[in-house]
Amino acid sequence: MIKKPFFALASPGVKYPIFESREMDAVTEIPLPKRASFLVRKPQNSGNGLIIKGGDKVRTGQRLALTAEGGEVLLSTVTGTISAVSQHTGYLGEDFISISVDVAEEDRWDGEFERAGKIAEVHRAARFLASLPGKADFAAMINYQPHINTVIINGIDQDFLVTTNQLIMKTRAADLSEGINYIKKIAGVETVILLLSPEMSALAEDMDVAVKTMALIYPNTLPKMLIKSTLGKEVPAGQACEASGVGFINAEAVAALARAFGQGLIPVDKVLTVIKKDGSRVHAKARIGTTVKDILEALKIETDHGDRVVLGGPMTGQALYSEDTPIAWDTDAIMVQDREQIVKNSDSQCVHCGECVRACPAKIPVNMLVRLLENGLYEEAVSEYDLLSCIECGLCSYVCIARIPVFHYIMLGKYEFARIQSAEEANAESEAFH
Amino acid sequence: MLNQKLFISSHAPFWHNGSSITAKSYHIMLAALPAVVMGIVQYGAPALSVVAFSVATAMMWELLMNTAMKRPVTIGDGNAALIGLLFAMLMPASTPWWAVLVGTFVAVIVGKGIYGGMGCNPLNPTLVSIAILTLSWKSLLDFDATLVNYDLGFYMVYPLGAVRHFGTFALTNYDISGFLWARQIGGLGSTFGLGLIIGGIYLILRGTIRWEISLSFLAGLFLTALIFNVANPEKYANPFFHLLTGYTLMGAFFLATEDSSSPVNFIPMLLYGVMAGILTVLIRNIGAFLDGVVFAVLMMNIASPLLDKIRPKAMGRRIGYA
Repeated sequence: MIKKPFFALASPGVKYPIFESREMDAVTEIPLPKRASFLVRKPQNSGNGLIIKGGDKVRTGQRLALTAEGGEVLLSTVTGTISAVSQHTGYLGEDFISISVDVAEEDRWDGEFERAGKIAEVHRAARFLASLPGKADFAAMINYQPHINTVIINGIDQDFLVTTNQLIMKTRAADLSEGINYIKKIAGVETVILLLSPEMSALAEDMDVAVKTMALIYPNTLPKMLIKSTLGKEVPAGQACEASGVGFINAEAVAALARAFGQGLIPVDKVLTVIKKDGSRVHAKARIGTTVKDILEALKIETDHGDRVVLGGPMTGQALYSEDTPIAWDTDAIMVQDREQIVKNSDSQCVHCGECVRACPAKIPVNMLVRLLENGLYEEAVSEYDLLSCIECGLCSYVCIARIPVFHYIMLGKYEFARIQSAEEANAESEAFH
Repeated sequence: MLNQKLFISSHAPFWHNGSSITAKSYHIMLAALPAVVMGIVQYGAPALSVVAFSVATAMMWELLMNTAMKRPVTIGDGNAALIGLLFAMLMPASTPWWAVLVGTFVAVIVGKGIYGGMGCNPLNPTLVSIAILTLSWKSLLDFDATLVNYDLGFYMVYPLGAVRHFGTFALTNYDISGFLWARQIGGLGSTFGLGLIIGGIYLILRGTIRWEISLSFLAGLFLTALIFNVANPEKYANPFFHLLTGYTLMGAFFLATEDSSSPVNFIPMLLYGVMAGILTVLIRNIGAFLDGVVFAVLMMNIASPLLDKIRPKAMGRRIGYA
């Protein structure tokens, strides 16, 4: 945990730990699990029910439609037999289908992607590579309407302590260089910017890409901050980055793209930074769908009752209630915290010290915002105090001396506001109909 | 389901920088200690009893308020103790026990508790109490009269009063650099200039109080005093005199910087400090009271929410978006 420094005159800029030691180049291969599971968004019109069911056979790299209408697909990363299909509710209340697969010992690759030939095209990429390791919504990005005109490749990682993409930069620069050409072809963009730490800028000398180096200070590498610092424009509050014509992709996904079109195999492995209880880090490579439990066991990391396990980094990750949660396409890190290290939130009210206001990179008046959110005034929070400008960095909670879960209130506020809006839209539609 | 391993689940972030309200209160009290100790050394047991009784009763009122309102007990956060300590520092060593009891009641309950506790008070609780005591029992804060039985070996006349009544001619009785070493009468913890400055610098460097408020307050006070002094050097004292007398340093480092009643944005903090400094000198030189800090800071407390409307445009906010 990074404590407040003794002298704290300036606003709290928090430095990323730099990728320092040589040992960290080593990547532990996690063995193929006995059971893998996948979360896929529940198709919106699943009227006729799901067409996949327990007992179905899947092959590695196979595309399986969930419903007869198409739409959502499962991209299997293992070979085996589906053992269970169930409902799952996500972090923001999203409906997911959870599909468990009993994994066969040997991979049998589905040949459809390879048979289609080694051409990098939009529709092929969107069909077979809907998700890439490091970029879960790759298809959504390249199919976004109107089309994006800039792609920013993140070679730094977004959260503290996570060094997954820095590792990729260091060890797979050739793949990355090749992948950049595929990205240009597939996404049809004019500008590709590669974001690097100053120490690694030499790696990109031969690459056909605009390089931007950046001091490793959180939250410089969050998407909306990057759009401001590299392109000099602000994304309007409440809009996605893609609406401003900018797509983001991690270095890992770009390298994976090179492997997909180079070898004709759909990438199925994910590189992870595993942050142990003592703050030390190791890198591991696991099949997507492997449960957190299997990964921690393979790395001999023990967890106890009352600890905290987080998918992602310390600022923006998601805490798990069960070790049986699988890693997904965009899981860059797993963090384990000892119960002694957990700082509990309090229910005391805001004392108006202003630390959050000084910490906020989006210049939101958090001191006022949190008062409205605590009282459920979500619409006023949006119109008066810039709720939708939040870039979700978590620094407000990190610096709060009253230890209010500010970030939690903000996410709840955004969720509730979206519900209010969709209810209003539905009302307006039904009135127009009558 | 026995022996099932359960994890703590909560929202991000999973780290905290370790700061807390309790630590903040204790830091401020620590920074105030040199000035308090100096007061106790000068005035002896009466000063000690005022400090001790003030801190104790402030905490007692907080506890009573928590109990009466059926709210969680908050004396552990150190805020009540801090209010009690600051109140004692502003009072003379000869303050009677009942005045301390009433003063801390007004500060903790009227100044803070009825609004909902720490962070909800629109005015600085300590100053609310001092203002009410000043208006209700004028003699309590008449330092010349109340400290008449003390002789500490320097000129025992309240400097702001002397200049107000006799003009700058009275300054010949004082050695201004002596004010740094508490060679003046006043509140028991407000006269040791050097101690307050060291405490203030400590708090600024630790980030506990905001330098924007402290420095702009001192700058506003200095410049206004300078203008008065240049305009009429016989009537109005020089700015250095104003910097080191009365509650100026207490105001700059411990009173105007109170979180709940001061702004949080950069420009509002500067405006708040400068205007409090200007008002202080106006009240001192042409107003109804000898010292202006109390009412100047209270006035700016009221303006603070309005000042905080001056804020930077949030990222991605559309102009004219309503």
